[in-house]
Amino acid sequence: MIVNGRAAARVPAPGQCLRTHLREEGWFGVKKGCDTGDCGACTVRVDGEPVHSCIYPARRAVGRTVTTIEGLAAADLVAKPASGDPAELHPVQQCFLDTQGFQCGFCTAGMVMTAASLPPEQAADLPEALKGNLCRCTGYRPIADAVGGTAPPPPPDTGPVGSDVPAPAGPDIVTGRARFTLDVEVPGLLHAALLRSPHASAWIRSIDPTGALAVPGVVTVLTWEDAPPVAYSTARHEHIEDDPDDTLLFDRTVRFAGQRVAAVVAETRAAAEEGCRRLVVDYEVRPAVLDPRAALAPGAPLVHGDKVDRAAAARIFDPGHNTAARISSRIGDLAAGLAEAAATVELSFGVQRVQHVSLETHAAIAWPDGDGVVVRSSTQVPFLTRDALCRLFDLPRNAVRVVTGRIGGGFGGKQEMFTEDVVTLAALRTGRPVQLEFTREEQFTATSTRHPMEITVRAGADRSGALTALEVRVLANTGAYGNHGPGVLFHACGESIALYTCPVKHVEAVSAYTHTVPAGAFRGYGLSQTAFAIESTLDELARRLDLDPVELRRRNVVRPGDPLVSIVGDHSDVGLHSYGLDECIDRVQAALDDGRGEPLPEEPGWLVGRGVGITMLDSSPPGGHVATTRLVRDTDGTVTLFVGTAEFGNGTTTVHAQLAAAALGVSPESVRVVSSDTALVEHDTGAFGSTGTMVAGAATLRAAEAMAELVRLGTPGRLETEGRADGTPRTAAFAVHGLRVAVRPDTGEIRILRSVQAVDAGTVINPRQLRGQVQGGAAQALGAALYEHVDVDDRGLVTTRTLRDYHVPAFGDLPPTEVLFARTDDPLGPLGAKPMSEAPFNPVAPALANAVRDATGVRLTRLPFTADRVHAALRTGDEPASGSAGLPVLPHARHLHEQPLGAEPAH
Amino acid sequence: MDLGTVEEFVPARVGAWQAGDAWLAGGTWLFSEPQPHLRRLLDLQAFGWPALTAGADGLEIAATCTLAELARFAAPAEWPAAALIGPCCAALLGSFKVRSTATVGGNLCMSLPAGPMTALTAALDGVCTLWAADGSVREVEVAAFVTGNGSNVLRPGELLRSVRIPAAALRSRTAFRRASLTPHGRSAAVVIGRTGSDGAVLTVTASTVRPLQLRFDRLPGAADLAAALETAGPTWHDDVHGLPSWRRHMTGLLAEDVRAELAR
Repeated sequence: MIVNGRAAARVPAPGQCLRTHLREEGWFGVKKGCDTGDCGACTVRVDGEPVHSCIYPARRAVGRTVTTIEGLAAADLVAKPASGDPAELHPVQQCFLDTQGFQCGFCTAGMVMTAASLPPEQAADLPEALKGNLCRCTGYRPIADAVGGTAPPPPPDTGPVGSDVPAPAGPDIVTGRARFTLDVEVPGLLHAALLRSPHASAWIRSIDPTGALAVPGVVTVLTWEDAPPVAYSTARHEHIEDDPDDTLLFDRTVRFAGQRVAAVVAETRAAAEEGCRRLVVDYEVRPAVLDPRAALAPGAPLVHGDKVDRAAAARIFDPGHNTAARISSRIGDLAAGLAEAAATVELSFGVQRVQHVSLETHAAIAWPDGDGVVVRSSTQVPFLTRDALCRLFDLPRNAVRVVTGRIGGGFGGKQEMFTEDVVTLAALRTGRPVQLEFTREEQFTATSTRHPMEITVRAGADRSGALTALEVRVLANTGAYGNHGPGVLFHACGESIALYTCPVKHVEAVSAYTHTVPAGAFRGYGLSQTAFAIESTLDELARRLDLDPVELRRRNVVRPGDPLVSIVGDHSDVGLHSYGLDECIDRVQAALDDGRGEPLPEEPGWLVGRGVGITMLDSSPPGGHVATTRLVRDTDGTVTLFVGTAEFGNGTTTVHAQLAAAALGVSPESVRVVSSDTALVEHDTGAFGSTGTMVAGAATLRAAEAMAELVRLGTPGRLETEGRADGTPRTAAFAVHGLRVAVRPDTGEIRILRSVQAVDAGTVINPRQLRGQVQGGAAQALGAALYEHVDVDDRGLVTTRTLRDYHVPAFGDLPPTEVLFARTDDPLGPLGAKPMSEAPFNPVAPALANAVRDATGVRLTRLPFTADRVHAALRTGDEPASGSAGLPVLPHARHLHEQPLGAEPAH
Repeated sequence: MDLGTVEEFVPARVGAWQAGDAWLAGGTWLFSEPQPHLRRLLDLQAFGWPALTAGADGLEIAATCTLAELARFAAPAEWPAAALIGPCCAALLGSFKVRSTATVGGNLCMSLPAGPMTALTAALDGVCTLWAADGSVREVEVAAFVTGNGSNVLRPGELLRSVRIPAAALRSRTAFRRASLTPHGRSAAVVIGRTGSDGAVLTVTASTVRPLQLRFDRLPGAADLAAALETAGPTWHDDVHGLPSWRRHMTGLLAEDVRAELAR
């Protein structure tokens, strides 16, 4: 096999796919995304034909010519320029670089390989041609520009801030040189594979490793007997008290189907997998409870019943009643507020499980290093993971170093420790480097999802539309473990409610443990669920009052100077330090009025409607979020910025370079940014809570301003400064989404004719990157609103296990989203900037529900709005609660009243 | 994905099959799921079958013919039904990069309700030629070859050699309609109609667990077609790609669309 002009050194194994063979040969530009031929990240050419190399038998390629991203330019550039520059880019690579047609970059090599292989007739139909190439970050607009050569002209250069500075990693990403987590050659590397429970609830009587240890290549088997007796949470927060210590590295008690039971460590992945199949586990199967309402009922099987007597120490809210968190907050007199109303609405909503589907799965490698380890991981939180490993293995801080390569997407899913604990244990036991890479199936069955929620909202307003009462009841399903359970519940009951001024706000919320795959942190962190419910209810309330749905909300939104009130005693350090919400609403309304967008389909039977969703997001998580950065100016003038925060496509590396450059009066390209290594800076809470610019950027700006002062004073020699930010006090950002849709009741089909989002992000540091964040967030949200659902069957097994059964939006599924920026300037943010990583996700689903209501007169309350479910709902008024969509059956609102969620369960 | 238990990759030959073997055509499905029961892959490419053989009596499609090769088939003008090939190949959930490797035989042997080659070849009254492990040969109509969601009449060690499309079917007029939950997603309902010298045939796949064929002496009216669908009462497929009630409804809509087009 000739690969990129070089003969392959190895003969592929008989069952090996071409992707693995190429990576073994060192061609790391070939990515493993889905492993099933659906995502296209592994695209290579065999004898000139593009193929998905993960489903191409490697033996078939023997004797043929293979081209990967690394060899693309050389393969296609027949007439090389005289210079013969080896860094020459293929024209398509250049286009992706020019348009910055990537965020995390994990899909880029496959996109480029595919786009560079399209004959003109195929390039004319990109939705068809690119249906096998998934991008989870961008929403495909810059990719369309790259492939179609339709990049918008660059804005005028305004200096380091406010201009479209390209991502420093761009050239490495488009050429396949960027090193993601597992793109490293490690001599002597062992592979771990995990055996996972087929039962939702069980006790492990015994595990017999004999058969596994007999498999050639198996080095060791690790079970509950090898796990440190230290309970922890996979969730990572600045304060470990934020999450319950309810998890063990390996636990004898199984609490969900998919929970790890044992690890087999072997010389090859195949041997480790075979070892897992040979393990004999004697399970005592126990009763399971899968539904959150059933879990709260008296007599339900207890998910953490073994911890009832040490609940306080483990910080589990109430394991005796399967309760991970509870909020009961009453502000004002609900009955009086409802009595005052000219109209009231009460609606119940269901929000489904969705998965992050970062294209790079969870993966880590641990190396023994002295008495400790070095861990290279795909994580948003290297520092907090370091701290967790130290605690778990009783190691001093300097014995554990956590680093990242480039990270192939996160979306909240990597604010967890799912792999690092296993590889650390295995490396410490074997004394050798150990790798663990989750399969795509494991991502679905055994990592985390968005919290599914049942939400009931009751709202009343007087004749003018002024709110008189707002009641929100939430039942969240946190699954088998409480990672992010309390945090998501509190955040869900935060900004969505604080957004509106109302004298009466009652909140009753519970997060229930069930024997199902854990829910965790997901872009929006609870807000997308409650925003869907509250924005839908207020839209409906306006219709009852014969008021415009947007005007009713405009009348009630918070304004500068208003207190931010959601539940009793919250939001103390948040204020509206800048305010662009009114401008966002105006601009979305104007855009929906301007008549642009797709026309209504010509066939008969289509109805048209428009809807708006309004959301607010605090500028960082509560309780503090710390970032430290270090800036070094060498005697030769080179500037290196060391930051702790992680880059996973959010673009913060670019922003940090811009902020430092602005303070130093140099060009952003001259600032080298080194990130995500616990050995390089003191601490960083991590890249979550939309803090990469707001908090870590502020730290960078401070370090740079201190450096600028030293330079101004003429300080000689090598200069070093540090910056620190702690994420408090906080401000708030806004995102408003508007949609015009066409709905065809006879088929259930929804077509988006116009999509526009206006955001209040303060000073825009990098317009192109910000636009990309908004388009990508809107795209992910449209996927969650229209298509995506993780299903759990009646035995607790996740049944959506592949990307062909879990539909992530492809190129042809998404409308272009126009992005508008409010002109604000925040006194708290670095150079006036506010965060905009999560916010764009939240307003999309309610905008869609409101638009469908406008078009059809029917209020859809259960996500997602797939055509089959919409058809059923429009036909009968009943949204299907089970079947292929697999949503839990929701009780009627009356039932909720009979069993107030806030009251103690009767028993 | 890697099939870690596979120990041998060998050329296929008749009679070679044993337990733990899989016939390897394109491999696009075989390598997309764990196959821990497999020890050997028997490479069907070793037979060297010609992909497409067109003759007076029709078109023979080798099991190893890729969807891309089929899509490139330049049909003679007297075979207007070949117009179905394009939309059926495009109906594969996999991209053009899968179609260049995935085979007609592999798609049929997967026997998924949404299999577009099942739709195409069933609609055109295709006949499968099967080679048994003992060297014997039998023929089965495509519509009878697929027996359910992922099941077919193949016996252990038996392989699909080819599908023969009779010339009479290729000479007929056709109409194609497809529904999916997403613009380029997996087919949830596919209805293909054709009218020719042998009357009118409506073939439903994807929405039903196995192909449903309705035959009429001549093109029926709307009410008769709806009644015939109702009477047939197929088992509607249920998975994440569409609720059964919706598939049933969409099948009715698509069938009427197909009928109306053929009536024009």
